[in-house]
Amino acid sequence: MLNLDFSFLTTEVLSAYVVKGFLFSLQLTFVAMVGGIILGTLLALMRLSGRSWLVMPAAAYVNTMRSIPLVMVILWFFLLIPLITGRPLGAEMSALITFTLFEAAYYSEIMRAGIQSIPRGQIFAGYALGMTYGQTMRLVVLPQAFRNMLPVLLTQTIILFQDTSLVYAIGAYDLLKGFELVGKNFNRPVETYLVAALLYFVISFSLSTLVKRLQVRISIIR
Amino acid sequence: MNWEWQVFCKNTLDGEVMPRCFGSGGEITYLDWMLSAWGWTLSVSLLALLVALLFGSLMGILRTTPHRGLVLFGTAWTELFRNIPLLVQIFLWYHVLPALIPPLRAVPSFLLVVMGLGLFTSARISEQVRAGIQSLSRGQRMAGLALGFTLPQTYRYVLLPVAFRIIIPPLTSESMNIIKNSSVAFAVSISELTMFALQA
Repeated sequence: MLNLDFSFLTTEVLSAYVVKGFLFSLQLTFVAMVGGIILGTLLALMRLSGRSWLVMPAAAYVNTMRSIPLVMVILWFFLLIPLITGRPLGAEMSALITFTLFEAAYYSEIMRAGIQSIPRGQIFAGYALGMTYGQTMRLVVLPQAFRNMLPVLLTQTIILFQDTSLVYAIGAYDLLKGFELVGKNFNRPVETYLVAALLYFVISFSLSTLVKRLQVRISIIR
Repeated sequence: MNWEWQVFCKNTLDGEVMPRCFGSGGEITYLDWMLSAWGWTLSVSLLALLVALLFGSLMGILRTTPHRGLVLFGTAWTELFRNIPLLVQIFLWYHVLPALIPPLRAVPSFLLVVMGLGLFTSARISEQVRAGIQSLSRGQRMAGLALGFTLPQTYRYVLLPVAFRIIIPPLTSESMNIIKNSSVAFAVSISELTMFALQA
């Protein structure tokens, strides 16, 4: 019954089908991480600003995004944008934008916790030194918040990397799609899905091990 | 853009708009379809939550026992199901496991999805259960053992009642996540249905 045959997975096959998808998965993870953290930090600052015309839209955005499944957001964005702009965006571009917008909500919650973990005395000290609000945030609060939250931000990035497989819904060419194409072409779906799962596992597991080590080191420094 | 909300009131067979939006006498509108799909989502989510609570609690408890082998097993379980994307896990349950284990071919795909979603979530729940038990002071466990309780009794009467009360908030958010994640499962099953429709 266990007639598994992995011999068809040669270097040529992998570089022809899988590498392209793998690179897109990495690109998607990286773009969504950088864009999401920047946008998320802005959202967190809006929510903590205390001005209701800033707090309300930011809170509404974050809560909406966090209540909708990622697959739905991916699908809607992919289907709605051509209706609004009048021309299709392409699955890959659509995925990049969707993931950045979606992950911003999650990163913003992390950054909000990070900013709130900084004692208020630090902010008062910044003001007392004559800094403006912007300077206090940029030079005093945000660097510490980033360092405190670095492990959590990276853990969220690992989750994000796993979630990139969901672009399956709109047919973008990612790591999983690459493996699926190999499986279809060689009529060996069982083996390719197993290898795909193994690859995802190895990457996520080694990254999360690294994050754990980082966490230990950061907590020692503090 | 021109919206057309009447689509929900249409008959799924001939596309006629039904007068009260719900079909009658064997006729089905798209709204009926949506409601039955909603029922499926809820039943998949609830069953998966049951599976997840069962395995998650068990693995979380194993990871706090003094036996190294059990700890290792619980940790391996958690890392395995946490580090593979949900979509890939669902694919494994759909395509790979029935091919490797023939008796599974007779199992309806509904149950396979429930197992996939449930075991994926069990890894997260095991992490929360472990954190809940470890947040209790060590003296609780020692006191239980010193009173002559066996290890299972210590868990049953001393540790778990308090630990589960602590982790109720993260557990509720996890049960909401299960409902959101069930959409992933349906992304697969729907595409399967369309494939069947194309092949037929």
